[in-house]
Amino acid sequence: MPPIPNGVPMSFYLGLSAILFVIGVAGFVFRRNIITVFMCIELMLNAVNLSFVTFANYHKQVSGHIFTFFVMVVAAAEAAVGLAIILTVFKNRSTLNIDEVDSLKN
Amino acid sequence: MVDLFFFAIFATVAVLCAINVVVQRHPISSALSLVGVMASLAVLYLLLGGEFIAMAQIIVYAGAVMVLFVFVIMLLNSGTEVRRGRSWMATIFGIPALLGLLGLLGVFLVRWFPDSPVVKFGDFTGGTAEKIGYALFTGYLLPFEVTSVLILIAILGAVVLARKELD
Repeated sequence: MPPIPNGVPMSFYLGLSAILFVIGVAGFVFRRNIITVFMCIELMLNAVNLSFVTFANYHKQVSGHIFTFFVMVVAAAEAAVGLAIILTVFKNRSTLNIDEVDSLKN
Repeated sequence: MVDLFFFAIFATVAVLCAINVVVQRHPISSALSLVGVMASLAVLYLLLGGEFIAMAQIIVYAGAVMVLFVFVIMLLNSGTEVRRGRSWMATIFGIPALLGLLGLLGVFLVRWFPDSPVVKFGDFTGGTAEKIGYALFTGYLLPFEVTSVLILIAILGAVVLARKELD
């Protein structure tokens, strides 16, 4: 049994990021509620942010943190616009099920 | 040792809350679980030396974005998701595809990080607000200013989309 390292191996952080990303993809694919799907997108963005911060630590550079900052800004803007779109969809179709919002299909 | 302890606790909390986001049927339960994921990720950022990013994570994500989500869930008064017969294709091919994606990510991780270095708390101090502010206003000034235009467009878009019809 190897000795317990003094600190956390970097691959643990990256593995956690991969696991969170895959869970987000699972929710995005399997869930039908439009708000939950949107939350899973936020989950995926968070998983990628964890990778950015880990690599910033690896390279000892601040660029990864700057990227995380911009991802957060874009995610906040996207949440505002996306939730406004969800409100409009609900006003017009009175449903939140993504299977029933298919007016572009025909 | 202490690092590993905190990592184990908060990584477990993050994964459990993330699974809870996906399996809960009511959107408000998913939203509260997502707050748990974001808070534990903030602690992990702190362990990685990202003090500013950890605080921004709590303020922007757990504060602003999730409040927006909860407001919309409240406004729409959405109940539990109706369970419908889902396509057998999704069940048969979806889960192996996801496991394949996870395995692919794991393979890349092992290939590109054969001997991953060890992160110790406190050996990277470049994540303070001072350092990030300096980088943001020197090397990344143009993206920073373009971001303000993006936020302006997002505000206008949200207002236009969500306003009441004035007729």
